[in-house]
Amino acid sequence: MVDVSVNIGGLKMPTFLATASGTFGYGFEYVGAVDYSKLGAVTAKGIRMEMWPGNPMPRHAEVPGGLVNAIGLQGTGVEHFLDITVPWYRSCVPSVPLIANIWGDSIESYARVAEKMGSAVDALEMNVSCPNVKAGGHTFGQDPNVLFEVVSAVRKATKLPLFVKLAPNVPSITPYVKACEDGGADALSLINTIPAMVIDIEKRRPVLANISGGLSGRCVHPVAVKMVYEAKKVTCLPILAMGGVYDAKDAIELMLAGATAVAVGTSIFTDPGVISSVYDGVVDYCERHGFAAVRDLTGALENSFI
Amino acid sequence: MTDEKCRVLEHVDVGGGYRRLVLNAPNIVSNVEAGQFVHVRVPGLDESSLRRPFSVFNAQDDRLFLLYKEVGRGTRVLGLVKEGDEVMVLGPLGHGFPLECKGAALLVGGGYGVAPLYLLARSLLARNVGPVKLFAGGRSQADLLAIDAFRELGVEVFLATNDGSVGEKGLVTLPLDAEIAKLKGASQDFEIFACGPDPMLKAVAERALSANAKGWISMDRHMICGVGACYACIQKTVRGNSRCCIEGPVFAAGDLVWE
Repeated sequence: MVDVSVNIGGLKMPTFLATASGTFGYGFEYVGAVDYSKLGAVTAKGIRMEMWPGNPMPRHAEVPGGLVNAIGLQGTGVEHFLDITVPWYRSCVPSVPLIANIWGDSIESYARVAEKMGSAVDALEMNVSCPNVKAGGHTFGQDPNVLFEVVSAVRKATKLPLFVKLAPNVPSITPYVKACEDGGADALSLINTIPAMVIDIEKRRPVLANISGGLSGRCVHPVAVKMVYEAKKVTCLPILAMGGVYDAKDAIELMLAGATAVAVGTSIFTDPGVISSVYDGVVDYCERHGFAAVRDLTGALENSFI
Repeated sequence: MTDEKCRVLEHVDVGGGYRRLVLNAPNIVSNVEAGQFVHVRVPGLDESSLRRPFSVFNAQDDRLFLLYKEVGRGTRVLGLVKEGDEVMVLGPLGHGFPLECKGAALLVGGGYGVAPLYLLARSLLARNVGPVKLFAGGRSQADLLAIDAFRELGVEVFLATNDGSVGEKGLVTLPLDAEIAKLKGASQDFEIFACGPDPMLKAVAERALSANAKGWISMDRHMICGVGACYACIQKTVRGNSRCCIEGPVFAAGDLVWE
């Protein structure tokens, strides 16, 4: 029997497999189509203090090998989340830890939503790829100094295991990883979507009402592998890796590159069964290669070219 | 809701670019309600292609009937599916039509918008409500689908085509307006159930509201997840941004906000 459990930044996950924020609603929507016993955590859709309507339609465009979305973080706000959504999730999915993904438009609003969460969820994941209103729309995750400030503020506001989800579109991940470490993060989530745009040439207009969006899906997977590998070289923080995981091979690559746990995301839309097939395939790989525990895969990359 | 592996029992061209796909889907068939839809993983599309949503045309004896038009890459590749192939189908999904119809049921379909109306007609007739009348519109005769099947149920059918090739020349609202006037003149209750292109749905919703009758409008939107998880298929309603896949696809006419 392969030990499939992992501990990532203090979050005890019964299995190494999670869902990525934004792709799995608030966790209960897929009941009936997904084998939840194979999940170690569900990451809920992003939540901020107040209700947020999201972007105008159209909100997505299918592209070869992936999907560009600009949903715009539509959500009901933290109070509704705590009063209605979390209890409903717990009743539908009693045994899978819940990670709340949080966001804000100011450092204070991040800290407030984190504090409000109390201990209602099992961990927090910060989305730092949203615009900082006070900084002319630059994202919090773009500037290592601002990133340090916002992570520090949230750290002070919560005792929960704290994940920070980083964007891949930076020249070097190192200063951002350090900012998260110094700010008191317990773990990193890698990667967020990649900024992208699609044009309808007949209408000569952007397909998305928001003009641009975030690319996810099959095509971003090698980017995620590289980011995880680079981050792991410079930090001891455990990594929850996501980005184009469609089969067990994709998940194993991310773990060999340094991830402690892996999330499936966009692939669920095409095949909710991906949760079972990735889980089963990773366990099978461990058995075939003599790994007693899935966590032994983390960073087990042979540098054979050196 | 299940993700059911379904064998293709029949897949035929019914003319005009429309096809009928019949699947063996005992789980979905035993749970589906009129107006609900299924999310189909199209065999032959690459693994990162999204599923495609289809209204349920009929569900009977373990058999799930879909009626669709080739409108893009997904439906073009779906057209290559052959009898005996296996298809993953997620469903049944969404909120369908309410069946507590008071008075006449006026079903309005534009093109392949008649797809969810057949199971609706069957379900209404099974509850002994009605009479059930179908108003089907399209560009041309080839866009009027399954009309004989509705007639065989005992549904009175009114047709309209833009080119006048069959039925009245013009929009489907022509025969609908005449029927509404007749029912109102006779002080008879009626409800309107509609599926089709947005301009038609807006026109029908306005008629239901101005007649002070219940209107049930099935919206057709591109979807990602189909289960309420992704928030891509938004329709503006009096409650804000509603998801077509789970709060719809059928909305009360008075709840819709048209842009």
